[in-house]
Amino acid sequence: MSRITRRALGAGIPALLTAPAFAQAPAARLVIIGGGFGGASAANFARRQYPWLDVTLIEPKTRFVTCPYGNLLLAGLRDLNSISFGYERLAARGARVIHDWADAIDPTARTVRLRGGASVAYDRLIVSPGIALRYGAIEGYDQAAEAIFPHAWVPGEGQQTLLLRRQLEALPDGGVVGLAIPDNPFRCPPGPYERISMIASYLKRHKPRAKILAFDTKNAFSKQGLFQDAWNALYPGMIDWIPANRDGRILRVDPAARVFESEFGVRHRVDVGNVIPPQSAGGIAISAGLANESGWVPVDSLTFESRRVPGIHVIGDATIAPPMPKSGYVANSTAKQAVAAIAALLRGEAPPPAPVYFNTCYSHVGAEYGISIVGVFRPNAERTGFVETPNSGGVSPRGDLPEQRRLEALYADAWYGSITADMFG
Amino acid sequence: MIRLCLLAFATLAAPALAANGPLLAQACAGCHGPNAAGQEATPGIAGVPAATIVAQMNAFRANERPATIMGRIARGYSDAEIAAIAEYLASRR
Repeated sequence: MSRITRRALGAGIPALLTAPAFAQAPAARLVIIGGGFGGASAANFARRQYPWLDVTLIEPKTRFVTCPYGNLLLAGLRDLNSISFGYERLAARGARVIHDWADAIDPTARTVRLRGGASVAYDRLIVSPGIALRYGAIEGYDQAAEAIFPHAWVPGEGQQTLLLRRQLEALPDGGVVGLAIPDNPFRCPPGPYERISMIASYLKRHKPRAKILAFDTKNAFSKQGLFQDAWNALYPGMIDWIPANRDGRILRVDPAARVFESEFGVRHRVDVGNVIPPQSAGGIAISAGLANESGWVPVDSLTFESRRVPGIHVIGDATIAPPMPKSGYVANSTAKQAVAAIAALLRGEAPPPAPVYFNTCYSHVGAEYGISIVGVFRPNAERTGFVETPNSGGVSPRGDLPEQRRLEALYADAWYGSITADMFG
Repeated sequence: MIRLCLLAFATLAAPALAANGPLLAQACAGCHGPNAAGQEATPGIAGVPAATIVAQMNAFRANERPATIMGRIARGYSDAEIAAIAEYLASRR
């Protein structure tokens, strides 16, 4: 056992919990829907730590393009290949990887129906579906509109981000880039503001007279002071952030005319428009009845088992988990507790008590300029929600701190390399 | 190695948390590498003596050691949790 368990961090878990009494534990079928930050982390962790688990991962794409670091493509700091990952090593770890859509779940028979027609049986199911974009929530923003106003928020195979990049390249100097930013909750709270920064970084070098109009449905945002300090320092005069209380809420778009229309009917002509629409849990969470009327999924905060459908655990951006952000790191961190809880439940044991869920979100705002927010969270006593640990976490210090910014940009890159290796390595 | 872990855990006041050490230490893997062996600019912490890790985390917590983010992180964990994480990381090679 030690030869196996020495491979990876966390290897003490099966050693402590399974040896020797559970060495004969029967194989149990863990099926995971979704191969993103939640699902890939869960599959990898399950194979490394609980080799007796029979793991199947259902994911339609053969290559996963990460949302994190997608904004760096816009600045020309990364290419698509460097943010794309395959499932070959997960398969080599013994996970059965099925590239198909999960179309339906039968929670009574405990089966998942694939689009290809086959049915996959589970003893415990993890659903990590990510988000769906709510087309139509902004009038005029349907799926066809994304060919003109890319959202670049669900990366797919990367086409949306590449389209936005090409549009920026075609932008005349002196042109206007508009962004429409949604209300909470949405995937990656600092993401729109990192995107503004990365677009500005590109424009400063190539179209220095261009302007960014960032229309926001909110009056405040993640790491706001740090972002605005950076914008003033690096991109003076280029970015106008227009909050809700300055009529920043975009209710309608007219892609053919390249117009954003505000709550009070002001029509803004943009040359490039990035519309980040309101979101919900991914489609299978809605169709399987996992989501409630809010469009998001309530879970037990110790086990991530659905509060609506027994035997199904939901992790990642689809869940209702404030004050935790919808981030890749949270999906990774909670995936591991969900897998550990499932392993315990399958053995008739209590789930691991007193977990700590961990998040760090780095944002790149310029070359060698990174900022971050840290959060350390726990389930509440009733297991109905999450609490942030008092007097911990928070954002990077403000002020003229070039060494802090330089190091955080380096550590951001290390985070990206580390967490993607933890998922796909 | 297993016996070493158990001995270390047995000395801690809160056995439930100590048993959770390996799971708690997963938080480290997001930046310090999947094996906590280091990743790019972020140093390796696997195999570091437990007393060193505890001392560093305490220094981070108290702002006595300059840090970018570790101070903010260390203040989120109890003494027992840090001890459990440290014992576990120390056992990794």
